[in-house]
Amino acid sequence: MAPFEPAALPELLPVFYRRLFPHGAYGRWLGYGGVEKNYFQLREFSFTLRDDVYVRFQSFGSPQELEKELQRTNPYKIDIGAVYSHRPNQHNTVHLGAFQPVEKELVFDIDMTDYDDVRTCCSSADICSKCWTLMTIAVRVIDRALVEDLGMKHRLWVYSGRRGVHCWVCDDAVRKWSPALRAAAVEYLSLVKGGAETVKKVNLSEPVHPFIRRSVSVVEKYFEAYALQGQDILGSPERWDKVLALVPEEHRELLQSEFPKKRDSVQRWELLKGRMERTRRLASSGKGTACYADWEVMLQYCFPRLDINVSKGIGHLLKSPFSVHPKTGRISVPLDVQRLDDFDPFAVPTISSLCQELDAAGDDTEQEDGEETEPKRRMRDYRRTQLAPYVKAFEQFVEEMERGRRVERLRRSDLQGEF
Amino acid sequence: MEFSSRARQRHLKLAGDRREPYPHSLQFYQEPPTESISLAEFESFAVDRLRLLKVVENLGVSYVKSGDAYKTKLEAELRKLKFPYRALAEDDYDARRKDHISHFILRLAYCQSEELRRWFLQQEMDLFRYRFHELTDSLRQKFLDHVNLSFEAISEDLKNELSNELYMSTPGLSMSKVKEQMFYKVGLSDAVDLFRARRVFIKDGFAFVPLKDIDAIVLNNYRKSLSKALALTARSLPSIQSDERLQPLLNHLSHSYVGPDYSVQKNTGKISLEHIDALSVKSFPLCMRQLHKALRENHHLRHGGRMQYGLFLKGIGLTLEQALEFWKKEFIKGKVDADKFDKGYAYSIRHNYGKEGKRTDYTPYSCMKIIMSNPPSQGDYHGCPFRHSDPELLKQKLQSYKVPPSGVTQILELVKGMHYQLACQKYFELTHDVDDIGFSLNHPNQYFAESQRILSGGREVKKEPNHLGNSQQKNNSQESVNSNSAPTSSNTTTDAELEGLEAYFTED
Repeated sequence: MAPFEPAALPELLPVFYRRLFPHGAYGRWLGYGGVEKNYFQLREFSFTLRDDVYVRFQSFGSPQELEKELQRTNPYKIDIGAVYSHRPNQHNTVHLGAFQPVEKELVFDIDMTDYDDVRTCCSSADICSKCWTLMTIAVRVIDRALVEDLGMKHRLWVYSGRRGVHCWVCDDAVRKWSPALRAAAVEYLSLVKGGAETVKKVNLSEPVHPFIRRSVSVVEKYFEAYALQGQDILGSPERWDKVLALVPEEHRELLQSEFPKKRDSVQRWELLKGRMERTRRLASSGKGTACYADWEVMLQYCFPRLDINVSKGIGHLLKSPFSVHPKTGRISVPLDVQRLDDFDPFAVPTISSLCQELDAAGDDTEQEDGEETEPKRRMRDYRRTQLAPYVKAFEQFVEEMERGRRVERLRRSDLQGEF
Repeated sequence: MEFSSRARQRHLKLAGDRREPYPHSLQFYQEPPTESISLAEFESFAVDRLRLLKVVENLGVSYVKSGDAYKTKLEAELRKLKFPYRALAEDDYDARRKDHISHFILRLAYCQSEELRRWFLQQEMDLFRYRFHELTDSLRQKFLDHVNLSFEAISEDLKNELSNELYMSTPGLSMSKVKEQMFYKVGLSDAVDLFRARRVFIKDGFAFVPLKDIDAIVLNNYRKSLSKALALTARSLPSIQSDERLQPLLNHLSHSYVGPDYSVQKNTGKISLEHIDALSVKSFPLCMRQLHKALRENHHLRHGGRMQYGLFLKGIGLTLEQALEFWKKEFIKGKVDADKFDKGYAYSIRHNYGKEGKRTDYTPYSCMKIIMSNPPSQGDYHGCPFRHSDPELLKQKLQSYKVPPSGVTQILELVKGMHYQLACQKYFELTHDVDDIGFSLNHPNQYFAESQRILSGGREVKKEPNHLGNSQQKNNSQESVNSNSAPTSSNTTTDAELEGLEAYFTED
């Protein structure tokens, strides 16, 4: 497979938008079953075109119109915005103040650069298989909370294309949430606080909220492999000093002197953890105060870091699923939450690899009937490529929502009671 | 007013059982009153409630709201004005009825603009919060049941199942308390503040809130419904305003000043013209100091400024002769010749003193009037500097008047919070070097009178080491000073309940 060259995009994008982009499922997603009038028509899209030309407030009369426009302009990047009070492409005809964002999915953006202070393997835009685990942990922690605590059902997790993940929560009620409620959700989900000047970013005290307990148990499953072995956070005096800086003074000295005697990070962690657990045991029988430094370290090194600004505003634009990342060429594909541990960001197809696959499969088309329709041909096209499982996952997500709407319709008509 | 059958039922009930319609000392004001009342009662109820809300405003900025000083003072005011003051379980019918009716009347007056709505909402919220907290646990429970907020209490079984999580999630509750207290299942949007701070247990999109935290939620509900109600009322206002009996009263209430009117000039003739410059620096409130300065600099003031300043001068004791001399001397230095002055401006000054035309003796403007009516435009110097000046310019002005930087910051904070009169009070405190102004500032002439009292040694000046936030000490110093300074003649106090309606109409 030839590596991706950004310069090739102008040739590759037309193929992508004609033969690979899942227009059908995409339109069904954003139409939300046509339950609310003009929902699709009031949605803002923004495109980044060639030469960094950025256009906002694009809107379309139907998914078919959107498809045609994508195939006409071949944008480098697609962003999805809010559903507005008026058609976004006519916003100039509405007087100031009347044109307002009304609804949007609740979105989250988790970016690997926000973890630079706790990654030893990479920094800024780089990622590797070692630190990708942070994303796995983030998805698991957040998704659990979204489902169990916040009662959300329809979540679409997407790989951003380079160094992070996005989540789109599409429940009907949630799309109507106010900015205040969205901000509150982010605050509820935040445990790591402080910027460059703050050394200790996680501080726990009793009583410890169930959200924290449950998140710690998720992190715990990955901690040994990721932090102790992969990142080796207690592997050298330099590294373990950073960790000990997060532990209260009264325990630091002892750990400082014992650590060199231990063989590796795993052993050192056992020591630290054991000591903390002991304080908690004593505290519960009335002796002394409980210390949660082991949890605090785990959380500071692994707990998800959310950007509140992305989630708070209803009008905020976020990269669309199945958009191409202009620098890496990778497609923003949905993540399968059930098989999260198997996900490899480096195995995600790039637009060039997909086009190559199409070329290779091209010979077979000779045998096909020349009268087939466009959508059918496209369906077979993506199936010949590595994009197939991702499109399938997306379609399942959309079907799940459609099923939910049918159930709701039945429920409501039952309530109305036909006699 | 329309009569629904429910209202008719209530009407009948009123005749029989007096307690029924008002089973609790507080309410959500969801049903408007449907009885008939006299115009006099209409007015007096409204004015009393307005007084109450102003006290709520003042106390709210001067004291910690949950503190004892706040509570005692507010209770005292409620008693004085005959509103329900304790969560009395027994018959408090008259006070509750007054509470009910006066709230709805003020809604009519205060729904008219964003600023008025915001003010009204804030004070009513604070009042409600105080009353809700004063309820005993059992009364609170009864109130919630009565009001039927759609918060379902969770079953004992569910509570037992969740007891551990509830205990871990709710700070301040011991395990035993968890077992005895009622928990309510509340939607996330109703419990935003608890949810965002993780001070409540949430599951499947619902928050499980204990009784002790339910007040924040109740308050939030109250705010939302009152806000909506005010917006609705504003829409139906045109039809109400067409009622001739109500219109002047309602307009008046939202601009109303409820205190002495300074039309009685105790100090008539005691001010000499040579002193005015010095007085303007020492004893004038900022608005009048500004007007005086502009007059001296430009040798002229426009109509709005002449009215505001001229009436103020009358209120501090300038006689008609002095006023004519004062204005003439100044205007002549400008573009006006003596003749023109006598023909035009002099007439208007005499008018103010009640010597021309209808011969009404006009009253000096109150703070409320200055703040709320006739905003200044380019070339005007009237209005309230705390309300109408650009904050940057205000800051510069205060700095040039040698107000200490910390004081300037405090004043700007109050201005930002739209507490203009309190900002002026702070200005008073800083320029007179007192910790506590000792009165509620409502009128520029009151400012002047109080200032003169201090400067002539007529009032004790107490200085405490830490000025901010020590409500206990504030309490002590309050006792030694009259909190409501009023002129001595008693006949003006009753007349001064509302600024003269006539005067109000013809002054502009």
